[in-house]
Amino acid sequence: MFNPDQESMRPSQRRELQLERLRWSVRHAYEDNPYYRQKFQAAGLHPDQVRTLDDLRRIPFLTKQEMREQAPYGLFAVPLKDVVRLHASSGTTGDATVAGYTRGDIELWSTLMARTIASAGGGAEDVLQVAYGYGLFTGGLGAHYGGEKIGATVIPISGGNTERQLALIRDFGTTMLACTPSYAVNMVDYAARNLPWFDFRKTRLKRGIFGAEPWTEGMRQEIESRMGIDAFDIYGLSEVIGPGVACECSAKRGLHVFEDVFLVETIDPDTGEVLPEGSQGELVYTSLTKECCPVIRYRSRDISRLYRDTCPCGRTLVKMDKIYGRSDDMLIIRGVNVFPSQVESVILQVEGVEPHYEIVVDRQGALDDVEVRVEVSEAIFSDELKVMSALSDHIAARMRATLGISAKITLVEPDSIERSAGKARRVVDRRKP
Amino acid sequence: MNTPQLSVFLENKPGHLQNVLRVLADHAVNIKFFTIAEVKDFGILRMIVDKPQEAHTALRAAHFACSLADVLAVAMDDTPGTLLRLVDAFARRSLNIEYMYAFTDRHGKHSITIFRFEDPAAAARALEEEGYRILKWLSPGELQA
Repeated sequence: MFNPDQESMRPSQRRELQLERLRWSVRHAYEDNPYYRQKFQAAGLHPDQVRTLDDLRRIPFLTKQEMREQAPYGLFAVPLKDVVRLHASSGTTGDATVAGYTRGDIELWSTLMARTIASAGGGAEDVLQVAYGYGLFTGGLGAHYGGEKIGATVIPISGGNTERQLALIRDFGTTMLACTPSYAVNMVDYAARNLPWFDFRKTRLKRGIFGAEPWTEGMRQEIESRMGIDAFDIYGLSEVIGPGVACECSAKRGLHVFEDVFLVETIDPDTGEVLPEGSQGELVYTSLTKECCPVIRYRSRDISRLYRDTCPCGRTLVKMDKIYGRSDDMLIIRGVNVFPSQVESVILQVEGVEPHYEIVVDRQGALDDVEVRVEVSEAIFSDELKVMSALSDHIAARMRATLGISAKITLVEPDSIERSAGKARRVVDRRKP
Repeated sequence: MNTPQLSVFLENKPGHLQNVLRVLADHAVNIKFFTIAEVKDFGILRMIVDKPQEAHTALRAAHFACSLADVLAVAMDDTPGTLLRLVDAFARRSLNIEYMYAFTDRHGKHSITIFRFEDPAAAARALEEEGYRILKWLSPGELQA
């Protein structure tokens, strides 16, 4: 543990700390940012009225739309001269949002990423290859600063140039990899096809921290078995700070949220009602110590579930399930809610199928049509038509049984689905105008 | 000795067959027999070629899903009733034919039938017992008796 005092703090003591910090954060937003002040005033709320953690519920939500409208500097609560860094969201949906960092914010973020690396078993002895994109995207520099903070040897290669990535893993003795899970799979595929002599098991690679997109247990198993490593899910949002909001530990069951610095709530995405821990819903974040861009009740649109257990790793931090999906990625197909990650887990349960797939949604007349395009890997190819047809029938039947949707399964040639060095594009929705 | 058959997964779209044939042409691979089995969206191209290993390696390198499988090539007189008798030999032994395709040779005297069995060894035994000629696969790629 990088910060054992904070990460394994007694829950009652942590709640006191959270309340003290919440009051500071709300006051900071109110006093130092005109937009927050006007918002709080419109809701008839003064920071003095926040006396318990439950009083958080009286504060109005902050939406992504507001963040876009206030970009670039409308939500800053410090003068620009105190801002040492700007990042912008990767624009997964709509226009970018902008985040600023004071020197203190960078220190906080680096510490959180150092905790993340330690949580995955990494430390000063590790050679950390950062294959997240560097730039406005928070992934690259976030992992980089965390790596330096913990004293690891950081290789700032950024995303892309797969052949070079593999050469560095081999030649620099990389022990830990940081990238999106889909890029990790692309690396393995690339090596299998183009560098048949490349054997991940003969490298020093031991572990990887993968995030910035939802992924499944099936994908974890694929990465772990093909790379011969331990693969950990890490989570964050640029609107909150970047990577370093939550991460898995050695138990690989749920992600610990760093709730000493980010309060997290679950709400019903339709009504905004706060749900008890254990319920599935949209996660809402409140920063407790951020200086430049305090976020107060930010609606992440990420759907998951919060719960507490006695984790063997010793952290007392609240856990969240792997993100099921983003509420605006959720597909509603003939009235059934489906996340792309659920489609992925069905596909990956079929032996030999690789996580290269695409979901195409279209409307025929009044009805939604779903097509799932799945690449035929060498492992699942057969020269017999009946075997190939049985494979697509099997996937379609699993899809019907577990997700309740009737999807047309189309087998496509290898490499026909676009590869990405960053976030994979999984859904083509032709229903939208 | 059995015959190696090269099979390739193909989407049922314009230009996709060309992509395969171009790879084979670039590697000077000659196709001896060729058939496509298809369903609505995709097909499986099956070929007997003169350089099966080389063709397989080239197609894999070009990222096609493909495989090499053992098939039996059988020579028969090109006369009425011969195929019936041959298939009957398999039926009597409960040997299921996965798929088959046939050609007549250039002189029109013989036909060559390619059979795919789950158990090629058992099928080969049956053919030998019934006195059929199984064509041998000889480098550089001619099927010979």
